[in-house]
Amino acid sequence: MSQRISKMYPARILFILLSLLWLAGCSTVPEQKEPEVPAMHPVEDVVKPDVKYVVDVYDPWEPMNRRIYNFNAEFDRYIFLPLVRGYEFILPTVVQESVSNFFFNINEIEYFINSVLQLKPEPAFTAAWRFAMNTTFGVFGLFDPATTLMDTPRWEEDFGQTLGHWGVGDGPFVVLPFFGPSNARDTTGLIGDAVMFSALDPLNFEKNDLEIPYFVSKSIDNRHRVKFRYWESGSPFEYELVRLLYTEYRKLEIAK
Amino acid sequence: MKLRSGLWVLLGLLTGASAWASTEPYTFPFDDPYVATVIGTPRDVAAEPKPLRGANVRNFTVQVFEDREKPDVFWYDRGLRTAVAYQDHKAPLIFLIAGTGASFDSPKNRGMARAFYKAGFHVAAISSSTHPNFIISASSSGFPGHLADDSKDIYRVMELMMKEMGDRIEVSDYYVTGYSLGGAQAAYVSKLDEERRVFNFKKVLMINPPVSLYNSVNRIDDMLAQNIPGGLDRFDAFFERLMKAFTEVYTTQKHVEFNDEFLYTVYRHRPPKDDEPLAALIGTSFRISSANMIFATDVMTNSGYIVPKNRVLAPGDSLTGYSKVAHRITFLQYFDELLYPYYKSKQPGLKRQELLDELSLYSIEDYLRNSDKIYVMHNADDLILQKGEIDFFTKVFGSRAKIYPFGGHCGNMDYPVNVEHMLSLFADEGAGK
Repeated sequence: MSQRISKMYPARILFILLSLLWLAGCSTVPEQKEPEVPAMHPVEDVVKPDVKYVVDVYDPWEPMNRRIYNFNAEFDRYIFLPLVRGYEFILPTVVQESVSNFFFNINEIEYFINSVLQLKPEPAFTAAWRFAMNTTFGVFGLFDPATTLMDTPRWEEDFGQTLGHWGVGDGPFVVLPFFGPSNARDTTGLIGDAVMFSALDPLNFEKNDLEIPYFVSKSIDNRHRVKFRYWESGSPFEYELVRLLYTEYRKLEIAK
Repeated sequence: MKLRSGLWVLLGLLTGASAWASTEPYTFPFDDPYVATVIGTPRDVAAEPKPLRGANVRNFTVQVFEDREKPDVFWYDRGLRTAVAYQDHKAPLIFLIAGTGASFDSPKNRGMARAFYKAGFHVAAISSSTHPNFIISASSSGFPGHLADDSKDIYRVMELMMKEMGDRIEVSDYYVTGYSLGGAQAAYVSKLDEERRVFNFKKVLMINPPVSLYNSVNRIDDMLAQNIPGGLDRFDAFFERLMKAFTEVYTTQKHVEFNDEFLYTVYRHRPPKDDEPLAALIGTSFRISSANMIFATDVMTNSGYIVPKNRVLAPGDSLTGYSKVAHRITFLQYFDELLYPYYKSKQPGLKRQELLDELSLYSIEDYLRNSDKIYVMHNADDLILQKGEIDFFTKVFGSRAKIYPFGGHCGNMDYPVNVEHMLSLFADEGAGK
């Protein structure tokens, strides 16, 4: 694996964006005009220390997470979703499906490795079988005969799940710029999967220039499939709900 | 078995007590009101389960109060979100008013919109006046729950929607319908229209409306309070079970809205075992709606209810503590501690009971009785009605009331029999031609 300069860009951009977010957050602290009066139902009185509240998730970096959540929502609105809409407008539905199939097929490598790392034979065989079938009969993964003809649906396992499987806890909740909700374990997992992908380099990025187009189109395909839209939950507590749902959902995936 | 069903039919004919006994048997799949309410109409038997292809839909936001300063914590609110599905020719238009806590594009509104659009109507969908987006962007007082005043806000939104549509749309006649709270509001909107005369509604359909808001919210509050083993302090155990179902559905469903609609979607994928958790679930779904509503109201009006008065929340501030408190407040507390004090401050000497009376269909009983254009569609086992309240509709509306034997609260709205009935009410008006 050679060091590639392009790999440094995301980290640098991330650092700059985070700095900007931090500054933006600091400069918009609203001014209070009149003295505060305690509420009729103050949080201090109503919330009991011995009660377990379902909305509580370990979130020591909450102020920064909320800023990044808001940033992601704006990024989604002004950049990501317009791109996705353009993509959906230009390409016929069948082509969009093939694009998804293609990326999922590459992902089978990740699913396979993580199934093996968890010593789970069934998902490991599933991933291997699906990869073999879809790469050949499915024309390099553009089609998914493994699901449609052979009734072997996808079984996803990632490195975050592998860590969870071996007892690694959630760690602090994190909202990643662009990626969305995560936690310390799953962020480590994302990095782990990226390192594995880079080491195996199945698409031979070391010898071609397709890496950036690959990841850009992969993220557009991903956003195209995720139906979530910011602020459409109708809840002022959307951040809390997303945090809770993410945490619970990962619990389920790890248990699977 | 044959003998037994024959006896039932005979009994029905003899007593003549029920309108449905003499006609075809009602075939909606759930005769348990809790199951019906939670599950609704299953997709495979729903009238219009899929989005219509090729429909012209315009999503837009309405700016109701141009100079309203929104609190920073609601920075993402960009005006009242609405949608109009419009025909490319002159057609009647029907407004849909969503139920408590629900948005304009709630699954129930979507289901109705499809049916009406297919039948040749323009369809204009409006969020409930209790939805945070409405409170933040379209409520004049910030205190939703007053039927007559909310209907003024809704009426204003309707006018602005039509203004926004401009000459994109050619309307022959106007109609209005709504479900649950929106059903009651449809009648108040119609009554207001008798004075304002902007729309001259030709027909009005109320679907599963409450009779008395007070009675209904009491029943809803109790559903949560009485069905969580160990009480609300042990909600975590109940929620633990619930979340397992939630997260599964969350990742696979298209429409994710965290109010009662969302819970219905979840339960469609996880069949219930008995009524207790179902009742708790219905109570929870309403509680989520009321928590959202109360927090939005508190912040918009600076009432110092949950958030300290004069505290200015920033977009990055944690709302977790407030959320814990908001989810412990009942509808009844909202009435006694926010709504009533607000109206009392406007009308000194207003008695609690007087306000309660205003928040019920009894306050417009004469109008409902004498106005031939208003119809109601309801269920005899609707959970939000107190025992005997269903009789109000048969008594006041007479033949304009259609009461189904079961369906719970709005559970059967998408059922073909119900949809056909809805459409038939408007069909003789020349829709779809």
